[in-house]
Amino acid sequence: MSNSRSDGTGTSDPLRPADHADAATPAAAIAQPQLGVIGWLRWGWRQLTSMRTALVLLLLLAIAAIPGSIVPQRTADPNGVLQYKTDNPGLFPILDGLQLFDVYSSVWFSAIYILLFISLIGCVIPRTKHHFNALRARPPRTPARMSRLDDHAEAERIVAPGQDAEAAAVAAVELAQAQLRKAGYRVERYDTAATAKRPATASVSAERGYARETGNLVFHAALVGVLISVGVGGGLTYTGQTVIVEGDSFVNSLGLGYTSFNPGRFVDTNALPPYSLTLDSFDVNYVPVGEAGQGQAGDFAANLTTREPGHDPQQRTVRVNHPIDMAGDRVYLMGNGYAPTITVRNPAGDVVLHEDVEFLPQGATMTSLGVIKIPDGLSQQVGLVGFFYPTAAKLHSGALTSAYPSLANPLLTLDVYTGDLGIDDGTPRNVYALDVSGMTQLTGRKIDVPSLELAPGQTVDLPNGLGTITFDDATASGAREQVKRYVSLSIHRDVGAPWVLGFAIVALTGLLAALFIPRRRMWVKATPGDGVVHLEYAGLARGEDPAIAVAVADLVRDHGAAMDAAGTAGSAGEAVAASEGRAGGPGRS
Amino acid sequence: MVMPDGLPLDEISRLLVWTAVAIYALAFIAYAIDLGRRSDIAIQQKDAAKQRELVGAVAGISASGSTARGGSLDEMRAEQQAAKAELEAPLARRTRYLWARIGTSLTVLGFLFHVAGDVLRGVASGRVPWSNMYEFALTGTMLIVAVYLVVLFKYDLRFLGTFITGLVVVLLGGTVIWFYTAVVPLSDPLKSVWLVIHVFVASLATALFALAFALSVLQLMQTRRERLAIAALSASDEAVAAAPRRRGLRFLRTLPAGDVLEALAYRFTIIGFIFWTFTLIAGSIWANDAWGRYWGFDTKEVWTFVIWVLYAGYIHARATRGWRGTRSAWLSIVGFAAVMFNFTIVNLFFKGLHVYSGLN
Repeated sequence: MSNSRSDGTGTSDPLRPADHADAATPAAAIAQPQLGVIGWLRWGWRQLTSMRTALVLLLLLAIAAIPGSIVPQRTADPNGVLQYKTDNPGLFPILDGLQLFDVYSSVWFSAIYILLFISLIGCVIPRTKHHFNALRARPPRTPARMSRLDDHAEAERIVAPGQDAEAAAVAAVELAQAQLRKAGYRVERYDTAATAKRPATASVSAERGYARETGNLVFHAALVGVLISVGVGGGLTYTGQTVIVEGDSFVNSLGLGYTSFNPGRFVDTNALPPYSLTLDSFDVNYVPVGEAGQGQAGDFAANLTTREPGHDPQQRTVRVNHPIDMAGDRVYLMGNGYAPTITVRNPAGDVVLHEDVEFLPQGATMTSLGVIKIPDGLSQQVGLVGFFYPTAAKLHSGALTSAYPSLANPLLTLDVYTGDLGIDDGTPRNVYALDVSGMTQLTGRKIDVPSLELAPGQTVDLPNGLGTITFDDATASGAREQVKRYVSLSIHRDVGAPWVLGFAIVALTGLLAALFIPRRRMWVKATPGDGVVHLEYAGLARGEDPAIAVAVADLVRDHGAAMDAAGTAGSAGEAVAASEGRAGGPGRS
Repeated sequence: MVMPDGLPLDEISRLLVWTAVAIYALAFIAYAIDLGRRSDIAIQQKDAAKQRELVGAVAGISASGSTARGGSLDEMRAEQQAAKAELEAPLARRTRYLWARIGTSLTVLGFLFHVAGDVLRGVASGRVPWSNMYEFALTGTMLIVAVYLVVLFKYDLRFLGTFITGLVVVLLGGTVIWFYTAVVPLSDPLKSVWLVIHVFVASLATALFALAFALSVLQLMQTRRERLAIAALSASDEAVAAAPRRRGLRFLRTLPAGDVLEALAYRFTIIGFIFWTFTLIAGSIWANDAWGRYWGFDTKEVWTFVIWVLYAGYIHARATRGWRGTRSAWLSIVGFAAVMFNFTIVNLFFKGLHVYSGLN
């Protein structure tokens, strides 16, 4: 895949795909030999690793990513997918068949990025080899005719009387060499001995900016690193959710603690790190009534006591944006709500249920929906669906609502159902939902019987003499407020994330080098003449380099100044204006 | 927070922003007049030069054969060379286009009001003024103008003045009318140092992409003009050969060649691309703290990624034979269209976790 560039310097560095803008233009109409299987494979490989293919794959990747922002995704928004299915029953199976609800793990999306990365690797490996050699090579020979280069200048200096022009030429080049080396160039002398036709010349060849290609390669390699970290990390990652009511504890064990758990492929779920979290209290601030953004919640803080084997219990606080680290897991605060304490007694007065029931908030004012299931202990199975209003207020319609999210006027309303809860046969049921299809409603608007209404500390009779229900005042058992709060926590272990971040930072650094460090070559040649030294300067940009002309001009100026200071070749030199060969014309584009 | 005269700071901020919009609108008009007039000025200058040339011819120096076929093409190239020199000319040696100077002065004035309005909004809310859509647009457009004004020190890009002021008038005016939100306390997920870094850098990137976009559009227009000129040259008809000076918008005569515009657009884009890459990384770090994962294909994440890939494609296209020039310019345009889409449509209509527009 070598593509020697005819730029007069003889080497092709950095190595680029054949269709790179800096690579040589291929000769027109090459007679292609018959290709065998190997030949075709070689041809295919070259196509895949070409710039054009990489570009097309990049654009395809951009386009392919878009549908995932339009259609809800199972990973990011599972409820949105269910809603979509309900709303578009006809369209859903078609889109699902096209994997449009799993765009980022779909066959077509994967195909694009895998091909892109193969193309990238196929391009980067030969370039890395080549660049490794280039890093150890010396700067190339000084071109014979430097005036053919775009950025080029000439100067003539008069040799002081009694001084040898040849020695002055060497001294001038030595100055240039020192100057270029100081500017970070790698330098190499290419002096030529005198021949019959030409006098001896002294010249220095200099090259800098190897870090440009290094940066380019590092950037691309780091992208591979990001991809591998994401892939491998995903297999070792787990995510779990749990809910803890104030005063209760969570134990990090699959069977005991989690309400849901999504392990990666290689996670050993029996060997989760042992620790426990107790929710001592949950703090939240609400913007007071009358101020801008009234009722807006903020400053959420879950105050936990954490316990790990071999450690003393610790008081730690989880906030939004500030997860805590537990034995390599990160614990995030994801949500909060009220968990009214409910006690149900049978007609004989025996407690059949006593628990903190988590109610799910339905909006900013924390009107919350909850379900209580009483499978045993009463004459029938009983299900209760209730609303909890932290600050109950009546709407004009007579319906209740919550006017404010804190506990100003807490009220619980319950609709009572009797019948089959559907849990006897062991079918797992959502604890936050009640399937009322096989049940009889006893209270509620629907059947025009008032719902049960309870304030903290109150007890009312269940209908049909089923028993009684109490909304316990939690302060009676030592809680800070009348109703306990709960938090939902998300627990993650992501071993890949630090690697992804590391590679991303490496990629960014590489990108900076690849885009902003100019790779350029400079030559200074001194030819002794009759009492003068003829000086030639030239620069060659390797890739984008807007400042090459300035760099050559600076070199000419600084070199002249250095020679003046050293007094090597007289002082009456005058730079001949650089022949700017870069006529920007439409023919170039 | 209330000022002594009873006008809340936020109200003053709004007034200042409205004033800025009005001044920007005037700047837009001045810049538009400049574009209309600058080709005339250029012609006058050339006539004056020709006059000198004629005087020189009398003195015995032969004038170049400008009547020969291809003269119009040479003329165009000479114009473009002059325009390129002007583009890179230091501040003191720039052509004194009166209306462009008025436009720039007004832009600076508008910018001062804009900054005052933005800072006051920050003071009124007691935090950085970019945490909902209104504030983000306020700061984002301010940065677009700031980047434009800073770049003016290095390059004479006043021919982009109409675009920049026009864009800012539309975005800022629209923002004040439709996106205004009263100051409310910051929601918890936004209480992070990354709000300052992530959003600010994203705005900077947007500003640079905007400049690159405008240059790419001009590049396409200029390239078309050049192409027509060359096509006309190859036509045998003398009348057609003289035609290119009437092709394309007249102010194009005062702009540098297409590839010069392209090189400049590229330079802005790569700086913008670095910022965008940083935005992506910073956003991921923040997401990992706030949402418990560094990447989740949230709609905003998807679009940030799409834009990153588009500009990565642009940078590749610039290095791919057959894609440099017009095709890569189109990619720059598509990239900026995606940036604008991300800011407006995605913020307003797409469902996702980045629900910080503050609008209902």
